[in-house]
Amino acid sequence: MRKEKELLFEMGAPGRRGALLPACDVLARPLGDLLPEKAQRGLSLELPELSEGEVIRHYTALSARNHGVDSGFYPLGSCTMKYNPKVNEEAAALPGFAYLHPCQDDSTVQGALELLYRAEAYLNEITGMDRVTFQPVAGAHGELTGLMLILAYHRSRGENRNKVLIPDSAHGTNPASAAMAGCSVVQIPSDARGLVDLEALKKALDEDTAALMLTNPNTLGLFEEEIAAIAAAVHGAGGLLYYDGANLNAIMGYTRPGDMGFDVVHLNLHKTFATPHGGGGPGSGPVGVKERLVPFLPLPLVEKRGADFYLDYDRPQSIGKVHGFHGNFGVVVKAYTYMAMMGAAGLKQAAADAVLNANYLMERLKKSYLLTHDRLCKHEFVLSAAWQKKNGVSAADIAKALLDYGFHPPTVYFPLIVEEALMVEPTETESKTTLDRFATAMEEIARLAGEDPAQVTGAPHTTPVGRLDEVRASRQPRVRWTPAAK
Amino acid sequence: MSGMHYLPLTDKERREMLESIGVSSVEELFRDIPAKVRFQGKLRLPQPLSEWEALAHLGSLAARNKNLKSCVSFLGAGVYDHFIPSIVRHVTGRSEFYTSYTPYQAEISQGVLQAIFEYQTMICLLTGMEAANASLYDGATALAEGAVMACAVTGRSKVLVSRSVNPFYRQVLENYCDTRGLTLEEVPLREGKTDLAKAESLIGDGVAALALQQPNFFGLLEEMDGVSGMVHGRGALLVVSVDPISLPLVRTPAEYGADIACGEGQPLGNPPSFGGPLLGFFAAREKYIRRMPGRIAGETVDSDGRRGFVLTLQTREQHIRRERATSNICSNQALNALAAAVYMAALGPAGMREVAELCLQKAAYAREKLTALDGFRLAFPGAYFKEFAVRLPGEALDLNRYLLEHNIIGGLDLEPYYPELGPSALFCVTETRTRAEIDALVQALEGWS
Repeated sequence: MRKEKELLFEMGAPGRRGALLPACDVLARPLGDLLPEKAQRGLSLELPELSEGEVIRHYTALSARNHGVDSGFYPLGSCTMKYNPKVNEEAAALPGFAYLHPCQDDSTVQGALELLYRAEAYLNEITGMDRVTFQPVAGAHGELTGLMLILAYHRSRGENRNKVLIPDSAHGTNPASAAMAGCSVVQIPSDARGLVDLEALKKALDEDTAALMLTNPNTLGLFEEEIAAIAAAVHGAGGLLYYDGANLNAIMGYTRPGDMGFDVVHLNLHKTFATPHGGGGPGSGPVGVKERLVPFLPLPLVEKRGADFYLDYDRPQSIGKVHGFHGNFGVVVKAYTYMAMMGAAGLKQAAADAVLNANYLMERLKKSYLLTHDRLCKHEFVLSAAWQKKNGVSAADIAKALLDYGFHPPTVYFPLIVEEALMVEPTETESKTTLDRFATAMEEIARLAGEDPAQVTGAPHTTPVGRLDEVRASRQPRVRWTPAAK
Repeated sequence: MSGMHYLPLTDKERREMLESIGVSSVEELFRDIPAKVRFQGKLRLPQPLSEWEALAHLGSLAARNKNLKSCVSFLGAGVYDHFIPSIVRHVTGRSEFYTSYTPYQAEISQGVLQAIFEYQTMICLLTGMEAANASLYDGATALAEGAVMACAVTGRSKVLVSRSVNPFYRQVLENYCDTRGLTLEEVPLREGKTDLAKAESLIGDGVAALALQQPNFFGLLEEMDGVSGMVHGRGALLVVSVDPISLPLVRTPAEYGADIACGEGQPLGNPPSFGGPLLGFFAAREKYIRRMPGRIAGETVDSDGRRGFVLTLQTREQHIRRERATSNICSNQALNALAAAVYMAALGPAGMREVAELCLQKAAYAREKLTALDGFRLAFPGAYFKEFAVRLPGEALDLNRYLLEHNIIGGLDLEPYYPELGPSALFCVTETRTRAEIDALVQALEGWS
């Protein structure tokens, strides 16, 4: 059954064509008259030569070798792989959105500006912030933007703070974004409960502290119950509080970052607001801020004058731009459609069901897997494969074994503070039936890990390819096809 | 209630689940949120819409926009109106692709991984470079990442950027540099191109990179002869932002010795979408591969020796290396890279070359016609690709308002970005502009006073 899929470059025939173009309808001049020879390409262009039918069959075959949310359960912790409503795709593909040029005159894009204006108002309300920029196109991009805003704020007050505090349970993007922003990173330990160690935090705070970056609920899926005290401590030291919105899905309608004391928040529209991940992107990482940071937001912001919307570039304290144009507008259209259809009650119910699904699964699975932090969780929880590891079965093995049951595995080996971590986020769009099936599979794998570990460590058995050698890929990097490599 | 059809739990199931957890209500699941920070009341959002109502509402918003399908556009400046074969949308619309996550679990992600590997290969074939990544956010951030990478490679902290580079890109670059404590210096223009003599005098020992754009923002081809020699002679890297549509005709970054070649991949099969999602492509010499930002797909074998693909060199990345990562990028523009790959596969070498030739020829036709008009002058001499800057007899803002009355979206007003040019506009002509449309533009301009 298992077969390699040939590459595009191993297909086709010289002279074969896919898409055709119209003939040139202006008098064509000799190439050399327009492009001096030294400016011309000398290399031959060795792209494959394929018919349209070959191309579609190739990609259809590739798609059959790929798992998406539409294929099955995707309980990938911290990634919020919820169902992607189809109507959102229809909306974003409307020519009045998809075929707008970002430099068109404001008067010609009133519908797009109104959409951004409304989407901003919704997100302000959901997060409790004062203004939102849509320029960042991913969560990490939002983090970088948020830190730029924080640094600009401190500088405007004559302070050169550049230390960023980050809990040891944080997403890897947090410290990486801080480094991109030129800041030094100080790691804050978690306490036995899995929450920020408040005393350690207080000790680390000083006059160099620019911000604390925090995810709440955190990556263990636990709500930082002392958030008010954390906020008071950070603000007391002159720092700002940054909210990593990766886990916002757990709290919509129940609490808001703005009410918890956060000054800056980024959201992942491709998580909480149901836009698809696209195999890695595009996402959208809008950043919301409190009033005192508004002057620094990237250029431009959408404003309204009378009945007209316009892009405001007259913002002298702005940090400038973080994207060539207005961010991933097409993704915002999808998220806006989702919010418009869910409404306040729908979003709150989504959070409630996400939390209910997670707690239901956690209660069941903690009998088969070690639950290191056994307390009420929010939208996700982290198991450990420590019990299975004693039989030589790792979290990675369990992940691979799940593939044979048709499930995408949980996030593995993250957060770093849990040994052999398996981070499960079911989301609200999964049925109880699916959760039960997944739990049964997890229980069966746990049983096999005890009785017949080789069955688990040899997995997967039913996927298009067997377990892949990542070490070899890294030691002998081959990142493009070459004729010689065949 | 609307939206609830995305939530499959029934009330009966909710009760059963609460019971098995051992709590009596959903509210109890939120008892860990202290009252002090609990949100009281109901979010003030409009009444939810049904799918039909939502489509009607979105349709009415979309209908209030003039767009590149309802008007004839001569806007470029980094986002372009190129033809997208139907096959592209049909592939990117396959939900196995668009509803998948980053392919960390390689065995069930071979579709996305192989597609990325093929995309990386095609970017290499197009640019002549040795290695490419899986995508960055857009052309602007790709250039900024290139500059940051050059600083890491050279251990230096100053970047030179030509004033002929897209001003939007330079704004992003400035922001990335400022934040990181890197110095950015601008190389001035000489007749619309980079003043290379000035660049040479500015390249000192502390300079990590010279960043150029080819064709440059004005559509002009920069003189690339000898540039890499000059840059490398000072121990710096040559970073270029290139238009992928031009590359079947125009000398490749590899041929003129670039170390990093990046740019905007939107023209390859992606709609303009009001400027996003776009596609930052990024390629470099192989020796710098471990310094590259972003994800990379690599070839390997499975447990039976069968060819397969994985995300590789992950120790460069944030989820492993955290604050020591080469970049903070996590989510990228994978689906847009897939669109680019399908576009290149569908067009093939002959089609890609034809698109470039049509752009070149039609832009030349438009340039000649436009600049034959009274008061319209080509801003700079030289060889152009698909865009050109024109000095106008009046304000671009007025001209563009006038053109809109003729259902024409005129060129970008250059004056805000290059005040030294005075009234001027950047016109773009791609293969999607017909001769009749260009003639209509010229005719409209004749009537402008």
